[in-house]
Amino acid sequence: MYPSAFDYFRPSSVDEVVKLLQENPEGKIIAGGHSLLPMMKLRLAAPASLIDIGRVPGLDGIRSDNGGVAFGARTTYDQIIKSDVVQQTLPVAAEAAGVVGDIQVRNRGTIGGSIAHADPAADFPAVLLALDAKVNATGPNGQRTIGIDDFFVDMFTTSLEPEEIVTEISVAKPAAKTGMAYEKFSHPASGYAIVGVAASVTLGNDGNVSAARIAITGAGPIAVRANGTESALVGQAPTAENVKAAAQKASDGMTFLGDIHAGEEYRAHLTRVFTERAINKAVERAQG
Amino acid sequence: MVASSPFGSSIKRREDPRLITGAGHYTDDVRLPGMLSMAILRSPHAHARIVNIDTSAAKAMPGVVAIYTGADLVDLVAPVPCAWQPKNSDIKVPEYRPLAVDTVRYVGDGVAAVVAENRYMAEDAAAAINVQYDTLPVVVHQLDAMKDGAPQLYDSVPNNVAFHFHLEGGDVDAAFQKADLTFKQRLVNQRLIPNAMETRGAVASYQRGSNELTLWCTTQNPHIVRFLMSLCTNIPETQIRVLSQDIGGGFGSKIAMQAGEMIASVISKDLLRPIKWMEDRSENYVSTTHGRDHVDDVEVAAMKDGRVVGLKVTAYANMGAYLSTAAPGVPTWLFTVTQSGAYDIPNVASDVYGVLTNTTATDAYRGAGRPEATYLIERVMDLVAKKLNLDPTEVRRKNFIPSDAFPYSIASGAIAYDSGDYDKTLDRALEMIDYAALRKEQEQARAEGRLFGVGFSTYIEVCGLAPSAAAGAMGFGGGLYESAVVRVHPTGKVTVLTGINPQGQGEGTTFAQLLNGELGVPVEDIEIVWGDTDRIPMGWGTYGSRSTAVGGSALVFAARKVRDKMMKIGAHLLEVSPEEVVFDQGSVHVKGAPDQVKSFGEIALAAYTAWNMPEGVTPGLDESYFFDPVSNTFPFGAHVCVVEIDKDSGKADVRRYVAVDDVGNVINPMIVDGQIHGGIAQGLAQAVLETAVYDDNGQLLSGTMMDYAIPKASSFPNYELDRTVTPCPFNPMGLKGVGEAGTIASTPAIMNAIVDALSPLGVEHFDMPASPQRIWQLVHEQKGN
Amino acid sequence: MKQQVTITVNGTTHTNEVEPRLLLVHYLRDVLDLTGTHVGCDTSQCGACTIEMNGSAVKSCTVLAVQADGAEITTIEGLAKGGELHPIQEGFWEMHGLQCGFCTPGMIMTSVNLLKNNPHPTEAEIRHGLEGNLCRCTGYQNIVKAIQYAADKMSAEPAAAGDD
Repeated sequence: MYPSAFDYFRPSSVDEVVKLLQENPEGKIIAGGHSLLPMMKLRLAAPASLIDIGRVPGLDGIRSDNGGVAFGARTTYDQIIKSDVVQQTLPVAAEAAGVVGDIQVRNRGTIGGSIAHADPAADFPAVLLALDAKVNATGPNGQRTIGIDDFFVDMFTTSLEPEEIVTEISVAKPAAKTGMAYEKFSHPASGYAIVGVAASVTLGNDGNVSAARIAITGAGPIAVRANGTESALVGQAPTAENVKAAAQKASDGMTFLGDIHAGEEYRAHLTRVFTERAINKAVERAQG
Repeated sequence: MVASSPFGSSIKRREDPRLITGAGHYTDDVRLPGMLSMAILRSPHAHARIVNIDTSAAKAMPGVVAIYTGADLVDLVAPVPCAWQPKNSDIKVPEYRPLAVDTVRYVGDGVAAVVAENRYMAEDAAAAINVQYDTLPVVVHQLDAMKDGAPQLYDSVPNNVAFHFHLEGGDVDAAFQKADLTFKQRLVNQRLIPNAMETRGAVASYQRGSNELTLWCTTQNPHIVRFLMSLCTNIPETQIRVLSQDIGGGFGSKIAMQAGEMIASVISKDLLRPIKWMEDRSENYVSTTHGRDHVDDVEVAAMKDGRVVGLKVTAYANMGAYLSTAAPGVPTWLFTVTQSGAYDIPNVASDVYGVLTNTTATDAYRGAGRPEATYLIERVMDLVAKKLNLDPTEVRRKNFIPSDAFPYSIASGAIAYDSGDYDKTLDRALEMIDYAALRKEQEQARAEGRLFGVGFSTYIEVCGLAPSAAAGAMGFGGGLYESAVVRVHPTGKVTVLTGINPQGQGEGTTFAQLLNGELGVPVEDIEIVWGDTDRIPMGWGTYGSRSTAVGGSALVFAARKVRDKMMKIGAHLLEVSPEEVVFDQGSVHVKGAPDQVKSFGEIALAAYTAWNMPEGVTPGLDESYFFDPVSNTFPFGAHVCVVEIDKDSGKADVRRYVAVDDVGNVINPMIVDGQIHGGIAQGLAQAVLETAVYDDNGQLLSGTMMDYAIPKASSFPNYELDRTVTPCPFNPMGLKGVGEAGTIASTPAIMNAIVDALSPLGVEHFDMPASPQRIWQLVHEQKGN
Repeated sequence: MKQQVTITVNGTTHTNEVEPRLLLVHYLRDVLDLTGTHVGCDTSQCGACTIEMNGSAVKSCTVLAVQADGAEITTIEGLAKGGELHPIQEGFWEMHGLQCGFCTPGMIMTSVNLLKNNPHPTEAEIRHGLEGNLCRCTGYQNIVKAIQYAADKMSAEPAAAGDD
């Protein structure tokens, strides 16, 4: 309950954040603090310094971006839920934000913090994978964009350089006849995802699936795309049988975690079940 | 004067205005000048010899005032006491040092105590203590611990068996010989973590000069703390004041004497500085006692018509690494005397083994022994029904103790039930749930391939833990009477002192209602005081659903003494004889002449000015009473749970929950319903959510609230409640008690429902928790077959 | 090194030097002596420490005091205005929404936010909205009723909402 001591910095620009990261290799960025502080309270994390980006300008807000949506890294889940732009363009983001943690967590937890922390059981990694998001990061060499497929490397590990900060996450305008859904089986104690499946399904004019992105979080050490399921779906009619058959492949090749509530085999099973549910819901929405 | 809160009315709680405005006063809210914070360094190993403790670096850290190891405390404080040692057992009590000396025996065993200017600094220093351990083999399960060659926790406790207890009645072997049906079943009650929302903790302040220890702590029984603290520290009881005011839940986990309280007290005495120690939650998970953890092997003998004629139980209770204060009483007496439940089972034999393992000590947890027994007998009733292809309600009715058989002595003769009408609660529950329609709905659901189940629990429990003679006979190291003082002040206001110590059960309100019923004083004029050993006569505290039945009765008798004296004074003032007056809602008037009256306030003032007292009557209106009932109370009821299981995820959802309870007469229905609600949720949670899990190395895997699942608002639906009333004949108000009923009843009700839902797959029994994963496995295995 | 923070709590502005690691809940309890906000866990699960910060419910055990520099905070002590209970406090009292009272301040502060987000919640929405607050005593049934009571009262008398 009592974090170790650390040096505290409160920069006022992104450049200053980068500079502080360079000067404090053991430093950690804190925004809402809802990933980091719980670990610090248990002394599972004891960063030598904290760089509080709570007041850095330019990291806030949700904006319309060429028909898509751009989220400032410090956007909270609550802001996502209440955003008109999100409700109109990417309602699945609001749907998923609504099942993150609880009211208090949603008021403080940020989208940038969530993905930079790369908790294997967080919800948004799967959602952003399904939405084919792009992550903008700034580091000593300026800004770069990282495709979400290249972002998550391992448990608590991303492709961000140690001296980089996430500034914005953007999602392109969904194609016509695209339906999206997020289905989650929550951990009974922590509320994190034991399995969370985000699905984005696009239907062609023939009514068959023309594109699909399915992503799974919680089940394994890292949020992943269900490639086998995606390719089994594309080109097929989205019938209940086809969806079921495609969902059966969701667990193929995945590595599963196990804990006292859900072992590996059960997580693999839930992965298939919730993949099927997410796809069916996405299809239904695509069919509108 | 008009009674503002008659017995039986749902008046709002008088405790609430301060609690809803943040003005409660819990132990962590105590602030004293010069107060230091204490952190306890705890063992990361489940079993190890302590080779060396180096505190030098830690002592040099900023803010650190002192560091104590187990060796430093040996001369300051005695071992943590075990105060319930069942007489008909061969109990061996191992030495439980507040901080371990030489050997640690569970993950969380105290190794050193750091006091510093604040808790952050104390934690920093604790982390800087260097302890060298030599690890030893570990055993965490009671059945493993009893095996030959198992790691031994103590040389003095062979095979780790701390006690063997036996109780029997009737001729069990003969019953098994004549039975149509006999079968065996193992039933496991998993380990639970009590999770009172306020963790345990203490503020100890030893004053130089007065040599008095003031101890604020979060306990269910402050007088027991004072009594035992005195014995353990050699501070005379006259110099110890224990204060325990607002308590953030107890559920049994705040009965036991706790090492932290003892350590803080003796360090305060040593340093002459106030010391605060509050567990944080993860610490609470290892340092405060756990509950249940029973393996019960049961053998059943039944007749074709469903009558159970014999029961043999062999129970293995995991006591943890030490015997906690009340722990041995839980799996022995509290478990065995309710084993036959609401049923007339003439032949019962029970053997209980209390086993030591490298885990946190277990002790009372809401229900304490009775949930284990109720789970056992209620599962047995369903198993009998299943094996004989009878309806579970029919089997229960066949075995119910008839309503005209009370008082009813159980087979062993160890205890007699007070009163009951078990058919009545079941009738009402079946009516509320519309049983016939429900079974039809189930048939329909099954035809559609859905998993839909109905479960019953027609439980009884032993409440109003008493009397003292029984406590003595059972080896409990204290009495089980309760005390009350009714002190009328000259202005007519009344202070009640009670030896019970509520943790949210609402006696600040219900006791005022009781007094209002006796004396007619408006509840606004009554103050109920608990939790201060300097003000209150010896009392035994709040547990075992005893507070109202025992403590409330003490209050009623004390009030009646006040009333009798007021009638004498009132009659004297009215210049008539005491036989010529009546006491009517607080005033005394001449019989048949209500206008010849003395008000409550007038008599109170007269009693204290004492200008004009009747002959032989002493001044003042201040009466105390120690009530020791002749027996326990036995609430009962019928709970029905309806579940539907999602085959894909394995999650069991409670569709409906009906509870018809009989807790005797009811003072405040709103509060009684609240106790039932909370109790049901806690019992359901044992069945489907909660479990404390150790790995083979004795590491607690469910070590934080991130891992241990206590119910949330969305876990269960609203409960549908009703009551029948069968008064208890053993106390003046006919009260039985309600604190544990919901918990005791609901665990078997939902497990019976879940097993019923899974029965089309051939499932007859499986052990708790019925987590989604476990249920999915069962469904999956059946599909595989 | 200590940091200076200026935080307005229940309408009073405080300036203090604090260690950066000091949790907001400890600042409120130990520096300002506002002990109505409780600590029930160490993993941000139980919600007993919930307060309102800049208009939103937050778990004060999961915020550093330095992060709250400049913030406007309302704790349970500041919810009743002018001696008048907030309708949610009233609901908890009327409906027996508390037993031991330890989780209650956090429950009430979360409920303020819950009803601000959704003034007319269904029972299911209330239950979902309380996901971040644990109660071991009540089984939640009367907490749900307390919030329903407050929702009814607040929609009948919008002026009484007091959640500005």
